[in-house]
Amino acid sequence: MAHVISAAETLEETLTQELGFNDHFHEHHHGDKFQSNFLTHYIFSTDHKMIARQFLITGIFWAFIGAAMSIIFRLQLGFPEADLVWLKPLLGKWIQVNAAGIGKLDPEFYYSLVTMHGTILVFFVLTAGLSGTFSNLLIPLQVGARDMASPLLNAFSYWAFFLAGVVMFLSLFLSTGPFSGGWTAYPPLSALPQASDGSGAGMTMWIVSMALFVVSALLGGINYITTVLNLRTKGMNMWRMPLTMWAFFVTAVLGVLSFPVLFSGLLLLMFDRGLGTSFYLSEIVVGGQVLDRIGGSPILYQHLFWFLGHPEVYIIILPAMGIVSEVMSVHARKPIFGYRAMVFSILAIGFLSFIVWAHHMFMSGVNPFISNFFVIFTLIIAVPSAVKVFNWITTIYGSNFRFNSASLFSIGFVSMFISGGLTGIFLGNSAIDIQLHDTYFVIAHFHIVMGIAAFFGMFAGIYHWFPKMFGRFMNETLGKVHFWGTLIGAYAIFWPMHYTGMAGVPRRYYDAGASFDAFRHFTDLNKFITVAAIVVFFLQVLFIINFFYSIFSGRKMTSKNPWGANTLEWTTPIETGHGNWPGNIPTVQRWAYDYGKDGKEFIPQYVPLGENEHDHGNH
Amino acid sequence: MAAITPQYSRSNINSQKFALWVAIAAMIMMFGSLTSAYVVRRAAGNWFEFKLPDLFFINTVVILLSSVTIQLSYRAFKQGKEQQYKGLLIATFVLGMAFVIMQYMGWEALNAIGATFTINPSSSFIYVISGLHAAHVLGGMLGLTVALVHAYYLPFKATIRRQQRFELVVQYWHFVDVLWVYLIFFFTIQS
Repeated sequence: MAHVISAAETLEETLTQELGFNDHFHEHHHGDKFQSNFLTHYIFSTDHKMIARQFLITGIFWAFIGAAMSIIFRLQLGFPEADLVWLKPLLGKWIQVNAAGIGKLDPEFYYSLVTMHGTILVFFVLTAGLSGTFSNLLIPLQVGARDMASPLLNAFSYWAFFLAGVVMFLSLFLSTGPFSGGWTAYPPLSALPQASDGSGAGMTMWIVSMALFVVSALLGGINYITTVLNLRTKGMNMWRMPLTMWAFFVTAVLGVLSFPVLFSGLLLLMFDRGLGTSFYLSEIVVGGQVLDRIGGSPILYQHLFWFLGHPEVYIIILPAMGIVSEVMSVHARKPIFGYRAMVFSILAIGFLSFIVWAHHMFMSGVNPFISNFFVIFTLIIAVPSAVKVFNWITTIYGSNFRFNSASLFSIGFVSMFISGGLTGIFLGNSAIDIQLHDTYFVIAHFHIVMGIAAFFGMFAGIYHWFPKMFGRFMNETLGKVHFWGTLIGAYAIFWPMHYTGMAGVPRRYYDAGASFDAFRHFTDLNKFITVAAIVVFFLQVLFIINFFYSIFSGRKMTSKNPWGANTLEWTTPIETGHGNWPGNIPTVQRWAYDYGKDGKEFIPQYVPLGENEHDHGNH
Repeated sequence: MAAITPQYSRSNINSQKFALWVAIAAMIMMFGSLTSAYVVRRAAGNWFEFKLPDLFFINTVVILLSSVTIQLSYRAFKQGKEQQYKGLLIATFVLGMAFVIMQYMGWEALNAIGATFTINPSSSFIYVISGLHAAHVLGGMLGLTVALVHAYYLPFKATIRRQQRFELVVQYWHFVDVLWVYLIFFFTIQS
């Protein structure tokens, strides 16, 4: 026996020694031989916990850039007359200074900004930054594994993401600007280099970056699925897994099945751009010149794109749902209400996400009879979503809820998910979509339901697992300021957009309707939205300051399990080495949600079932 | 890495093999989406018809044969027949290379009858899908190269670890084989 703790001091240590699974793991006190110096420990690490932190910090970097972009175009939308010459040191020639010395945002660059904002937030922040961070951190810890199935491929997954980021970042500095045809990259704007400035080198780099991102998502997803299915510790059957594991598992399945389809779409796009094929192009006139590209269909690209694109929004929201379920149950000190209903609704959402993609294309010229099919399935998604919302509310109901930054964000998630979900029922109807498509109503809908809601899930996860990641706590006061400010601010930004959208103000316009008589009365509302966006932006800066300050100087974690949680990650040492448990791996005896049972506040998963105790994990 | 490999593994299937199955599922989705795009695009009309080159059908036999040789090589490995194992492995590699070269000749034959890469999506799809498949065969040959290095530079020992590594190559090679059979079947019934 390599490690026998001579005198077990706690119940947990006793149980891990007596019942734990001994896989003859040899701990190396200074990390293993591959992680002995700074470079291998922090940079080229194969430890899932370090890779999780790499994903998180890279995600924060991209979130800052993406949010800063939104502030620049919000300035243009809220204050189209304002002098932006003070941005010239940052944006250079993208600020056009007229004879009177007034600086204006270049309209072409405005489109680049909205395109990059979408791409960065959807893929780099809410996919890699959210699922990448928490799947990596929690899957091995919560299922009871030493690391991922393949730690090396896991590291490659991060490095492919990093390279994707490098390529995208470099494209921001092209003299023709980054891609500017919208984050969905529809042809012909994306297929013809001569279509716009950003369609040349900017689009090429966008495709290269996205291809690398697909590689990253696949390597990550393959690892997550294999680890959840193959490396669960003794006793951890599927029905004993915390809901985080179910959510990350289904997320990974969605990613593995849908990202290759995006890759196919981009591959054909690449051939259209570079080698003269006509998969997506037909009868195009550019600058008065007729192209000889015939026989293609731009709708084909939309099908391929949205076959990824729709599961992608669940790739974003499912991890947040899993995190919220876990955080909420821990801080409510109550079992999650309707555990199995939660699992089945995750599975149902995952399945339905594959058969609703054309609801993004009601106005693209798809057959209206086919639209009916997609309307029905889109509306059916409301059922599992409502089940989940009901279960979250009933989990809080009658509980002795601990209000802290993590749990407040989990409640905020539910609020956002309801508000944004309801407008989804509007947009899911193809008839109403005729009026609402491509208006600010759509912007309001998806920002609330998958942007803000997913961010709230992410924040809940960061505040909750920060001690596990860095051994310290984040500042609670700043956290609460962050929560209340962001909750009110996010509604202030997006609530008014429902009204402008219903009135028909189109999205993606450089000049948000100010030059149209019909929309001129929204000028003040647009100013209000921009001011709210700036306030919320600075609240996120406050969060970033809190995050980095707390890594080095936050309140130290003094016990292994500060929240009194049941799951296995809180049985690892405060300074968790590579391999997670110094001796035996704990075995699992019960499900993850025995809170407030038999007069005990919480019963961790490694505690054996008592006599006459009902096993929730073995139906 | 080496220091963290031991852990509780709950199923009979090796986790690397399982991970390869998941990766194969991803590849199936990629080829499935391309053949679906082919069907959708074909239904929209303006579609040039042409005959597939005979080489594609001959090649189907070549790649099926390579699946047989790799399976026999694997059996010889387990039975400890070193010479047979090495010889059949080389035969598989040669057949794989022949497949890729003959696919290239097939594309040249297509080009010669006027079904060029850019003339119509009907031919573009053939080049892209079979080209992507050939890229996957090349990936498999990379795996075969590793297996050959193992066979010729390591002393022959049928350990469980080496058997598992070999199984990964065999599994992937059968996949690219079955994939081609699906594709040639698909192209035949479509055109």
